[in-house]
Amino acid sequence: MRARQLFYLLLREAGIGLALALIVILFSAFAPHFASLANLTNIFTQISINTVISVGMTFVILLGGIDLSVGSVLALATVVAGMVITQESYPPDVAILLAVLASAAIGMACGFFNGFVTERWKIHSFVVTLGMLNIARGAALQISKSRTIFSFPEGFNQVGSQTVLGVPVIFLIAVAMVLAGRFILNRTVFGRMIYAIGNNEEAVRLSGHNPSTYKVAAFTVCGAMVGLAAIMYMMRLNIASPILGAGFELNAIAAVVIGGTSMSGGKGSMVGTFLGACIMGVLNNGLLLLGMGDFARLMVTGLIIVVAVIIDKYRARAFLRSTFQQGRP
Amino acid sequence: MSPGGSAPPTDIIEVQGITKRFPGVVALDRVDLAIRRGEVHVLVGQNGAGKSSLVKVLCGIYPPDEGRILYEGAPYAPRNTLAAIRAGIRVVYQEFNLLPFLSVAENIFFQRLPRRAGLVDFKTLYRDAEAMLQEVGLPISPRARVEALGVAQLQLLEIAKALSTQSKVLILDEPTATLTPREIHRLFEIIARLKEKGVTVVYISHRLQEVFDVGDRVTVLRNGRKVETLTAREATIPQIVKLMVGKEMGEEYPFHAEVQPGSEILRVEDLRHRGSSQAVSFALHQGELLGVSGLVGSGRTETMRALFGADPKASGRIYREGREVAIHSPRDAVRHGVCLLTEDRKVQGLILDMACTVNVTITDLARVSRAGLLQPGVERSATAGLVSDLDIKTPSVDQLARNLSGGNQQKLVIAKWLFRHAAVLVCDEPTRGIDVGARYEIYTLLWRLAAEGKGIVIVSSDLPELMGICHRILVFSNGKITGDVARADFGQERILSLAYQEYVREPSGPHADHPAAAGAV
Repeated sequence: MRARQLFYLLLREAGIGLALALIVILFSAFAPHFASLANLTNIFTQISINTVISVGMTFVILLGGIDLSVGSVLALATVVAGMVITQESYPPDVAILLAVLASAAIGMACGFFNGFVTERWKIHSFVVTLGMLNIARGAALQISKSRTIFSFPEGFNQVGSQTVLGVPVIFLIAVAMVLAGRFILNRTVFGRMIYAIGNNEEAVRLSGHNPSTYKVAAFTVCGAMVGLAAIMYMMRLNIASPILGAGFELNAIAAVVIGGTSMSGGKGSMVGTFLGACIMGVLNNGLLLLGMGDFARLMVTGLIIVVAVIIDKYRARAFLRSTFQQGRP
Repeated sequence: MSPGGSAPPTDIIEVQGITKRFPGVVALDRVDLAIRRGEVHVLVGQNGAGKSSLVKVLCGIYPPDEGRILYEGAPYAPRNTLAAIRAGIRVVYQEFNLLPFLSVAENIFFQRLPRRAGLVDFKTLYRDAEAMLQEVGLPISPRARVEALGVAQLQLLEIAKALSTQSKVLILDEPTATLTPREIHRLFEIIARLKEKGVTVVYISHRLQEVFDVGDRVTVLRNGRKVETLTAREATIPQIVKLMVGKEMGEEYPFHAEVQPGSEILRVEDLRHRGSSQAVSFALHQGELLGVSGLVGSGRTETMRALFGADPKASGRIYREGREVAIHSPRDAVRHGVCLLTEDRKVQGLILDMACTVNVTITDLARVSRAGLLQPGVERSATAGLVSDLDIKTPSVDQLARNLSGGNQQKLVIAKWLFRHAAVLVCDEPTRGIDVGARYEIYTLLWRLAAEGKGIVIVSSDLPELMGICHRILVFSNGKITGDVARADFGQERILSLAYQEYVREPSGPHADHPAAAGAV
């Protein structure tokens, strides 16, 4: 039985990996300049931000929740961090450190608020985070007086274009977050509780736990990832602005879903999410190189999301069927 | 059948050599079965004997791998449930297929709402529904929303729904599992009436007594094979049990007189759950098996859930070994060594799509982790220990809980509380839906735990079961404890009359003495 489970697990993970490989091969053959080192670096940089947000989103979706506020919270975090980092009273290093802390604090505070309201009043997170989407965007516009903030310390700006052995630093940060997320989900008590609650919250409660604690923590973790993504975004763009991040929530949700995580919670993986983010990034990049316009690309990406979910439905059904039958001798 | 035509065959359904295989298992092995027109044919067998698979073949869910079915003398191979319903074969499942937010009437006639000018003709709908409800003796308004109904009412509603399509063959899958004795009696009356009208009933049940209460004939299945078909009048329970298990069973209920209750382990004073005006008090001792009897809706389950903190309580004090403890949530209860094995183990007891290890260690993750990091080795060996100790049949501790049989799932629930070293086990219907052999194992296990000094509460609707294994039985009636009966005074009549005591006094209508009906009015 273990072998069978392993087989389905492989099918699940490898299925997405295979799809990614196929897309890469196709673009390498047909899209001009796709298979070049420069373009590869480009793709890595492009998917980094979405990957980090998606790592956070995976925690929330595994619990059957959703966070629509990540894009707005990211904007708010950049604005606050931008104001801190441009304070001339601090030396650059201290200003950078404070800005990173401020960004993380903003993200975690917003995440905690989302989780707390969701759990305290048992409201669906869809509604709560829809509210936060507007609150954070409004707050970002308010405190920045809707102006863009720039002229950050040179050392800070450089990180966005630095590479280590040809790999962009911000991509390395993203990969580190994926690995950390994977470790937390698979190896820690917190991760175990995330899957258990996502599968059957009532059973977990009746086993002597308080699921709300873990759910609030998951939203807070998601917020922390958004705070980090905000800093990474500032490093790349060298600006902070209240209008950044519009639609980021949809890209993150898409990456998580393409990665095979169930919207009803309990099933999914961090590696899947990463592959999902890669598929989104590669598609966008490859179609652009093929000369496809923005509008058409949007349609293709949308279609891919729907197709991914349909494929996942069949995979889940095959998995369930095989286990059901074992259970009915 | 058209009048004046050739006489219809006496067997309405003839199953010939049906085989159904699943990967690694033969669910049905060359089964032959003849069901006579207008009879009540009872199917019995342990879990996994093939009853459910046979039903699923008959109603079009599984196509058989071999063999054929004759229905009304003609070959019958339904492609799906709808085809089976159109042919006149309909199943009432244990799980309810009702739409909670719609009315009773809409549920009954969901597939063919009466229409006028493209709109639902509610007048006809409610009138027809009223008639169907009367047919099954369910005293509720057709306008009531289904979510407001109790479990027993849902069961009767399902039957009304099935009858509304003029079924020729009605298959009832464990219809009495959730019913009180009174409701069961009514169900039997309904079945008798259906029989008079010429409807054929296939009846599946774990309660063997019912073979004699309603059945004309009984077929015993074992390991996917038909063992024998008997005439109910000539069969006996020991004979059926013997055919089901394939070997002689020992004494059906274990009771060990040498295990005597010791000092007080739990005391409940003036406990009142929300929605009840009555408070209850009782005590439990070390090594004691305390039975809790009463009708469904009498407050048994609600009281136990309030004790465990699963639902908020209105008032009450709880003492553990003489010391008062505050229990406001399951978390508090578990911390004080009190655990609840819920009525519904699949929905509330287990995480079905996760491994046995996960299900066992969830009650005490601190024991299998260090600094928040899980230790898979410790986790697996701890689970493996309990699995072999409780004789849980699973190929591996990594098996998903979903894949275990009912009896083994229940043992897994017990294992998770043993992992937590719980001192007080409150078991709500621990043997519901479990076959005879596995039941016996559960009883033996509960006795072993009692002998180890744990205190055990068993809530059950199965009175012979409680009388067989308990030291003492508390009887709930309409929210009150009306009896605390010692083993020496056990008697079915005595306990039943205590269970009905608080209902018979209410004078306000024909069904006011019925807990579920009282709730709906």
